[in-house]
Amino acid sequence: MSFPLLLAIIATPALGAVVISLLPAGRPEVIKAFGYLFTVATAGLCGYLLWNFQAGQASFQFVYDKPWIPGLGVRFTLGVDGISLFMVVVTGLLFPLGLLASEKYIVHRVKAYVAWFLMLEMAIMGIFLTLDLIAFFVFWELMLVPMYFLILGWGSARRKYAAMKFFIYTGLGSAFLLASTLVLGFLHQADTGVLSFDYRVLADWNGLSGTAEVLLFLGFMAAFAIKAPLFPFHTWLPDVHTEAPTAGSVVLAGVIIKMGAYGFVRFSFELFPQASVDLAPILLVLAVIGILYGAIVAAMQTDLKRVIAYSSVAHMGFVILGIFSLTVIGIDGAVFTMVSHPLTTGALFLLVGMIYERLHTREIGEMGGMWKSVPVLTGLFIVAMFAGIGLPGFSGFIGEFLSLTGAFLYDRPYAIVAAFGVIFAAVYMLWPFKKAFAGKASGAVAAMKDLDVREIVVVVPLLALSLFLGIYPKPVLDRIEPSADRAVLHFEQRTDYRSPEHSKARIERLREVEKEQAKEAKAAAKEAAKGAADGEGAK
Amino acid sequence: MIAAAVPITTPSIDFWAIAPIMALVGAGVGVVLIRALLRRHAAVTPICFGFSLLGVVVAAGLLVRQWNLVRDDGPLTSFSGMVRVDPFAVFLGIVVVAATAMGLMLSYSYIRRNDFEGPEYFALVLLSASGMLMMTTANDLIIVFLSLEVLSIPLYVLAAFDKRRLRSQEAGLKYFVLGAFSSAVFLYGIALTYGATGTTSLTGIATFLSKNTLFEQGTLLVGLGLLLVGLGFKVAAVPFHMWTPDVYQGAPTPVTAFMAAATKAAAFGAILRIVTTAFPQYRDDWRPIIFVLAALSMLIGAIAALAQNDIKRTLAYSSIAHAGYILMGVYAATSRGREAALLYLLVYAFMAIGAFAVVMIAAPSPDDAKHSYDDYRGMALRRPVLGGLLIFFVLAQAGVPLTSGFIGKLEIFGSVAQAGETRDYILLVIGVVSAVIAFGFYLRIAYTLVTAPEDEGALEAAYAKPRRVDGWTGIVLIAAAALTLVIGLAPGTFIHFARDAVFF
Repeated sequence: MSFPLLLAIIATPALGAVVISLLPAGRPEVIKAFGYLFTVATAGLCGYLLWNFQAGQASFQFVYDKPWIPGLGVRFTLGVDGISLFMVVVTGLLFPLGLLASEKYIVHRVKAYVAWFLMLEMAIMGIFLTLDLIAFFVFWELMLVPMYFLILGWGSARRKYAAMKFFIYTGLGSAFLLASTLVLGFLHQADTGVLSFDYRVLADWNGLSGTAEVLLFLGFMAAFAIKAPLFPFHTWLPDVHTEAPTAGSVVLAGVIIKMGAYGFVRFSFELFPQASVDLAPILLVLAVIGILYGAIVAAMQTDLKRVIAYSSVAHMGFVILGIFSLTVIGIDGAVFTMVSHPLTTGALFLLVGMIYERLHTREIGEMGGMWKSVPVLTGLFIVAMFAGIGLPGFSGFIGEFLSLTGAFLYDRPYAIVAAFGVIFAAVYMLWPFKKAFAGKASGAVAAMKDLDVREIVVVVPLLALSLFLGIYPKPVLDRIEPSADRAVLHFEQRTDYRSPEHSKARIERLREVEKEQAKEAKAAAKEAAKGAADGEGAK
Repeated sequence: MIAAAVPITTPSIDFWAIAPIMALVGAGVGVVLIRALLRRHAAVTPICFGFSLLGVVVAAGLLVRQWNLVRDDGPLTSFSGMVRVDPFAVFLGIVVVAATAMGLMLSYSYIRRNDFEGPEYFALVLLSASGMLMMTTANDLIIVFLSLEVLSIPLYVLAAFDKRRLRSQEAGLKYFVLGAFSSAVFLYGIALTYGATGTTSLTGIATFLSKNTLFEQGTLLVGLGLLLVGLGFKVAAVPFHMWTPDVYQGAPTPVTAFMAAATKAAAFGAILRIVTTAFPQYRDDWRPIIFVLAALSMLIGAIAALAQNDIKRTLAYSSIAHAGYILMGVYAATSRGREAALLYLLVYAFMAIGAFAVVMIAAPSPDDAKHSYDDYRGMALRRPVLGGLLIFFVLAQAGVPLTSGFIGKLEIFGSVAQAGETRDYILLVIGVVSAVIAFGFYLRIAYTLVTAPEDEGALEAAYAKPRRVDGWTGIVLIAAAALTLVIGLAPGTFIHFARDAVFF
């Protein structure tokens, strides 16, 4: 058996959390060193994964499979495909940077902070890598605990309220996820006699009744839509973002809110294809509302961090729009945005965190004139801002463009209305920029110190990566596309839905699959006839 | 003259069947004797403690032997079918004995700390445990009633054991009055069931009901309902839960731990056995009752716990919610449901004892009187190991993955999901929603432990001279935490154990 790479990616941060909780609390520098060691090691493993991932394949790679809870047929199955690959890599990248960004901000109880942070990484890696629905739920639920304690222990003034709100929203969502998962598994068992929660097994099964499929889809959606966050389930996000420590916000915006979108693509699509097709218009409408609403509300904010938080709602609207356009190009764009958004929003949150560390305020009204006093910070902020807006040349543009194209192919009005969101994005970012950075510097602002090397090192890689992917997105798209293609093919096999994209390759494959199915059905019929004849003969 | 001519047939008596019970009773009587002989000798409490532990160990050994026996040769029936030793009984017996051992160890450290008179206390715990063991094997309503009394009466005394604390007195009296009332209700249920079927034997009732159709169902149904009410009191199911918070709060903490873990196991054993063995034909009549009890217990337990300001009271309400989850397993009325209920009883025993053990040892005041949230504020900052353990135990009770509590909940919810009808799904949704509500107060406990109070100096002063964790409490804490973690990470062995134990 080869080296269980995916297991190592989950186990390394878990091991780190254990090691750090055993270290003496009195030596924060040792604890931080170990924190870097384990997050960088995980990032290294993710890099190795990226390097060895076979592009152009739709199936799961590096599969690892072990039984876990025997009575319930729960297995510990890990696998990675083009959709999860980049989420894992981005997670691996963001955690060491998050730790680096917390260097100054976190001075109290460093040990607990680093330990929770590593546990969070373990849970997130688990979410993106597991293929078993119960194991997925395990990590999904496990993610809440470190996040709760991170917000509570190191958040700003209203952290108790934010932590509770985060917990209630996501907890309620995951309760429905668990109930639906169990019902799905046992319905499968009642039909086929096999109790399994491997989603590939359940996706191959075609025995759900229409109503059951819709209800179960809604059950899964409760968890994913809250996490995504889809309008109108988004209200937790701004509060939590505002109160969370910077590294928490980066991780939250970077990967946690992507988990909802990921859940839709990975699980809802393949498990409930008919319901996904039927309910797609509703989700598209919610996505478009989210794009516009997020943009308008972001423009109204006076707190710089809230502006970015609401912009996340708008960006996630684009992701959902791409996903539920049910086209390869749309899903491509959505997953691409899921990769690019952590880079741009992560950079923006980090910069806001740095401003906050200097001014101890996030109110835009109390800033003004920063351009003069902190030119490097301003420069980076401008780059991050344009990357966030989705200026061509940055990664954000590719994702939005592909998502909009997908929506356009599905049904034009969605794309036309959603396109206004792109314009609003410029408004809600440029207004606060003008107020905060232009003008004359007042006392506190004039005395600000510019970024030091550590802070530049934290932000620059994210922006560089965003620029690189904006200019040359091919390596990422090459790896996403086969998996997106597989998802759409799954729809075409299982439902009457036909993608408006006339990809010759897919149509050919669909024909092949249909031919094969017909052949199989014929063989089965023959077998049955033969069996009946034998039975007659035996009599 | 005639009487002499007719040979009296005596029932076959197999003492091996009740050997574990005898071991506990023997140890209890032995403790009383030692007390009588040694009187106020300085070492009387340690000696009695050692003797009690010995009795529990012997009982555990006998249970293991019984387990091997009944698994290979099938159930053992004795005393005219009144006692039935089957895997189900032995499994619950092991849970009870484990909880007793842990309860005794906690009690010993508690007694020494509070200068209680020890020996009688141990005797009462052992006698109560013997009643619980008897209840797990009871195959006749009379035996169920008998064991109900044997387990309850020592508990009334134990709850009121702290003479100096008014709340403890109140707890004892309250538990006694309501407990006696529930026993009476249970007895009335037996009478009505007997009236309808002409027998008190559980297998006898089932045989009678399968052969005869009752002309008039009322008597039997009321009887069945009253039986469930009586046992509902013992497991603290809503709406028979009123005593629980007061008693759990007032009783000495080790007694609370023992009561929460062991009484639940025994009483749920009786419920499962009665509804499954005696009333399988009346499935459609008792399942709705259990549905209502489960739904109310889960919701009211979780919601009421949110409003508490005392950790022991919160844990009491949470135990009501846990009773609701176990009732879901009863409601499923399948072997998976029984398996889930058994597993849950096992994991709950350790989670509950662990949490109460920390509460006992870490309580800010020595006399076990103050357990409000304010008293615990910032505890984990000063005593990270104990605080961490309490957080771990409450998160386990909340059902956070990688703890045994998650596996228990998963099995329970799975058993109801498998049942597969619309109302089953309704109960499933109620269950998961209550689990989310419950998260609220478990996290509140965790939050209280990790946030420093306004007045840092007071915190400093309160933990200036932290109480040492003695060896016996340490053993209980380590064992409970280890089991909670191991069952959460690698549940295979324990699930197989519970699966082997579903057979009556």
